[in-house]
Amino acid sequence: MSRYSALALLRGALTGQKHWDRAWRDPEPKASYDVIVIGGGGHGLSTAYYLAKVHGIRNVAVLEKGWIGGGNTGRNTTIVRSNYRQPALHNFFDFALGLWEGMSDELNFNVMFSPRGAMFLGHSDSDMTSLAQRGDALRCAGIDAELLTRAQVQKLVPLLDMSPAARFPIYGGMIQRRGGTARHDAVAWGYARAADALGVDVIQNCEVTGLTIAGGRVAGVETTRGAIGAGRVGICVAGNSGPVAALAGIKLPIEAQTLQAFVTEPVKPMIDTVIMSQSLHCYISQSDKGGIVLGGDPDQFPSYAQRGLPNRLEKAAAEAIALVPALSRLRMVRCWSGTTDMSFDGSPIISTLPVDGLYLNGGWCYGGFKATPGSGFAYAQLLATGAPHPLAAPFGLDRFARGATVDEAGVGPMPQLR
Amino acid sequence: MLSIDCPHCGPRAQSEFAYDRTLDAIVPLAMPPAEAMRALYTRANPRGWSDELWHHRFGCRAWLVVRRHTVTHAIESVIGYAP
Repeated sequence: MSRYSALALLRGALTGQKHWDRAWRDPEPKASYDVIVIGGGGHGLSTAYYLAKVHGIRNVAVLEKGWIGGGNTGRNTTIVRSNYRQPALHNFFDFALGLWEGMSDELNFNVMFSPRGAMFLGHSDSDMTSLAQRGDALRCAGIDAELLTRAQVQKLVPLLDMSPAARFPIYGGMIQRRGGTARHDAVAWGYARAADALGVDVIQNCEVTGLTIAGGRVAGVETTRGAIGAGRVGICVAGNSGPVAALAGIKLPIEAQTLQAFVTEPVKPMIDTVIMSQSLHCYISQSDKGGIVLGGDPDQFPSYAQRGLPNRLEKAAAEAIALVPALSRLRMVRCWSGTTDMSFDGSPIISTLPVDGLYLNGGWCYGGFKATPGSGFAYAQLLATGAPHPLAAPFGLDRFARGATVDEAGVGPMPQLR
Repeated sequence: MLSIDCPHCGPRAQSEFAYDRTLDAIVPLAMPPAEAMRALYTRANPRGWSDELWHHRFGCRAWLVVRRHTVTHAIESVIGYAP
């Protein structure tokens, strides 16, 4: 792999830019690997990268049924933040945020991480109280959080409807200035390229159709490109965790649901922070290309459709326009949806499974993108050593039987209520 | 949006209904605790046909069993729920 640099670009300018290699190889699957990671999304690729880099395990394959970046990695609103209320969650996501900050340098790939601030709006006194409580919890953990007055919010986003007649009155907000957005495809490409350079086989168009289990231990996988042996297998297919775990006869505390988002035509810079409202469940940010990226509610019933219902888009658009009336003149250019792995306490699952050598990383609900580097780092440690990373220890599958769930929304085993 | 053919009210927009859970996640009172825990906290989560409990919340308020395909959203049958 040749390194990307200004010098390489300059050198290429003199030689017609013909020196670029492909970003990662397209290898045939080998007969067996030390570790197979099922799922070539951001999480699977970062897992493989950290397995090779941190743990020195390089005989690794990432099996992707489609193409890299074609799953949930390319189907989100690219928001990165760590401002959760539960300590287990904010500690984990803040560890991930630390990795985001150095990611472009580490991978030698510009993932366009843009810490432009992630702001929750408060629409009532009780909203402001809960934001203040959350902010206090974050500050106590050494994580940045700042409560904003109404005037500060107005200064930060002048286009918000602050009039007395506003449909959703704005009382103030809470901002995490280190939060922001990143280029989602670049994250997948960057990890694929960096993992490949360390010897990991990134195998696309290779769907896992079966798990080979001998004597209670996983021995390999059946795929559309033949059987492949493996010492350890890590499932990392959020959105499809149920069907893949079912190959080993395992039922999970997960239900698949659809979450969609949409983007407008590109316009000049008008919103330079991420605006979120948890009371309304509305997300607004502007991509570096200029499109306004909007997200809203999940469909709230099980679905693998990878397309959402129009009434959800309508609701998200109505809320966004009520908050920022200037958006009403923009045309929507496309919408997309991802299949989310709704876990039964709203928190991820990074865990061993009842089959030896088989592991699970899933249940990210609609918050998986921001976790990408932390998830891979922690999962690699579990796959390499068999013991969880300390920050991922609260996210074992056994927590449901132990009554030790990490339930930020407090709605129990009813994912449609999150 | 789905169109759900309520046996009492006829076809209505899905926004009148609320999804509750899959049929295998219904926990009868007599179920032993360990089994109830399993029923409450695990799902087959099928990629295909699924039997689900829905509530006609803004209609006749009946509980219904909807057999629905989770990829195509096709609905094969809607019948009243009899516990």
